[in-house]
Amino acid sequence: MRPLSQLNIAQPAIISAIEADESLFNRLSALGFRVGKTIRIIRRANFNGPLQVRLGTTDVILRHTDAARIQVNLNEH
Amino acid sequence: MKRIALLGMPNTGKSTLFNRISGASARVGNWPGITVDLMSAKILIGGHIADLIDLPGIYDLHGFSEDEQVVRHFLANNAVDLVIILLNSSQIDRQLSLVLQIKKLNIQAVLALNMADEAKQSGITIDTDNLASALAMPVLQISAKYGDGLPKALQAAAQIINQNQLPTDPQLISRKLQADHQIEREMDTLIQKYVQIPTTLTDNTTDKIDRILLHKWFGLPLFFVAMFLFFQFIFSVGKPLQDLLAWAFRILRSDVLNSLFANSPAWFSGLMLDGVYNGLATVAAFVPIIVLFFLVMSMVEDSGYLSRAAFLMDALMAKMGLDGRGFVMMLMGFGCNVPALMGTRIMRSRPMRLLTMLVIPLSLCSARLQVFIFIIAALFTAQQAPIILFALYVTSFFTMFLTALLFQGQYKNSEPFLLELPPYRFPTPRQIVLRGWQEVKHFLIRASKFIIIGVVLVWALTNFPSDVPPASAGTIAGQIGLLFAPVLDPIGINTQLAIALIFGFVAKEIVIGALAVIYGLQGEALMAQMASQIDWVQAMSFMLFTLIYTPCLSTIATLKNESKSSGFMWLSIAWSLSLAWVVSFVFYQGARALGF
Repeated sequence: MRPLSQLNIAQPAIISAIEADESLFNRLSALGFRVGKTIRIIRRANFNGPLQVRLGTTDVILRHTDAARIQVNLNEH
Repeated sequence: MKRIALLGMPNTGKSTLFNRISGASARVGNWPGITVDLMSAKILIGGHIADLIDLPGIYDLHGFSEDEQVVRHFLANNAVDLVIILLNSSQIDRQLSLVLQIKKLNIQAVLALNMADEAKQSGITIDTDNLASALAMPVLQISAKYGDGLPKALQAAAQIINQNQLPTDPQLISRKLQADHQIEREMDTLIQKYVQIPTTLTDNTTDKIDRILLHKWFGLPLFFVAMFLFFQFIFSVGKPLQDLLAWAFRILRSDVLNSLFANSPAWFSGLMLDGVYNGLATVAAFVPIIVLFFLVMSMVEDSGYLSRAAFLMDALMAKMGLDGRGFVMMLMGFGCNVPALMGTRIMRSRPMRLLTMLVIPLSLCSARLQVFIFIIAALFTAQQAPIILFALYVTSFFTMFLTALLFQGQYKNSEPFLLELPPYRFPTPRQIVLRGWQEVKHFLIRASKFIIIGVVLVWALTNFPSDVPPASAGTIAGQIGLLFAPVLDPIGINTQLAIALIFGFVAKEIVIGALAVIYGLQGEALMAQMASQIDWVQAMSFMLFTLIYTPCLSTIATLKNESKSSGFMWLSIAWSLSLAWVVSFVFYQGARALGF
């Protein structure tokens, strides 16, 4: 298990836990962030800027600090 | 009268659908239980007249963002006969939750699946018939952009309206809104049964464009080139139109209105022509630029590129308590502060929105540019001119960053920067025109009200008492100029310039005209006269003050309207005035101390 923010680009992983307060949790789940969903990082902005991640059919940009609250497991197969 | 609410997630084409159904008849209205204005339109449906209300785009009925609360409060305070839910077909796997939430509330609903073509390209197929019976509501595929399938969807809506069932009971809705957790599970079952989604999307045009536009090193330069072209287009097309309109208004006055008012009392024709007519003509001449600005803006906004710009600039903006979208608004302010302020509506967190709104009035708008070009031409050589203008732009950026840095502590935003990146879409001309027109209409109504009041006031100040020459030291304006002398002398602004600054409070467009009235000269003669009366240090100090202090009454009105707080409006005025004074003071006294 590791934070989403430490994932390599294009490496698929499965969300295992979301450690966020209620408002962030609600917004994340409304955008499709749920435990068990496959996620991967598409790109990172320069200068420690936001990440672009893809969940199913949805692309989302989020900051490093918020991505660190999402724990993922590497997709083994 | 029946009431129909339009509901959907952001980026599903909801506003497009609303505009398509309502045409241009939409208006802004207040609704019980909520503080923001919602767009609504009267439409004829199934033999009934119905109010169609465009609710804000939300992800979740149970969320805690401002928009989500607005929708909840609307439903808990207003009876509705039908909800039209609009979903993006290619994201139905997560958007279906909204439908189930509405269903749980027992509200009559029609489900419209938008962007069926995009879904088809991605290989997503939806069994609408069986989904409809499983949901017990009509499910129809439509294209909000091109109008395909819309008649059928409206027919389904009409059928429900014609059943004349009781509208919702807001109290009951309010109670029901408080709990439900099963939705997620129900959603997964339905998706598994009736929707097939391939594991990877087959259509990757957006990915290809993003690879260039969001490139690690080329992304930002490309963004600046795009922004430069954006303004270049607006002003190269808009300026000739503006000049043409200004010319037409001048002709109308000299050939028609002057003789029309020739027999009325002098004070009345003065008030009507120098006050009301000049004020209205000034605003009206700006309409072409405003229209173009909004047309291009709504095109950029609907294309999905703004979210990309936010992605590119976020790292820098985060250091100032703003986010990527704030930067886009600052750039828009270089055209006109008013639409830029209205543009902050896309921000969900109020503190961040307020901080952005505090920063925007400092961006060097086109009206201020006009003043600077005139004064620079009067007091500087052609070689110096571009350097001076560049310095003013740098100062503008500097004051914006300084303001954000100083105030970010007061406007700490708790909300994370979380933004959906929609695929690139190219809006249809109809879509662009309708959206642009709505914004233009609001701008005109607000601006004209303010300008009329402003110019009448300014006219009165410079014409009373009537036994002294207009705009002279003996008039009220002159007296005010003398009154401010102790404050303005230390920054090198004399009485004549002070009166112009007071005019500039109404709108910067009036400053040059005001100087013409004050000196009683025009064009080259005015420039020569000014050059003989003030030196370049005074001129620079005057320009710095003009750049930083409150841009115009329209901006103030917009600030108050958008923030819904007079306190915030006064803070913005007080901050920009004091910053303007301090910057001018430091410059003027510094330059004098250095012997200039």
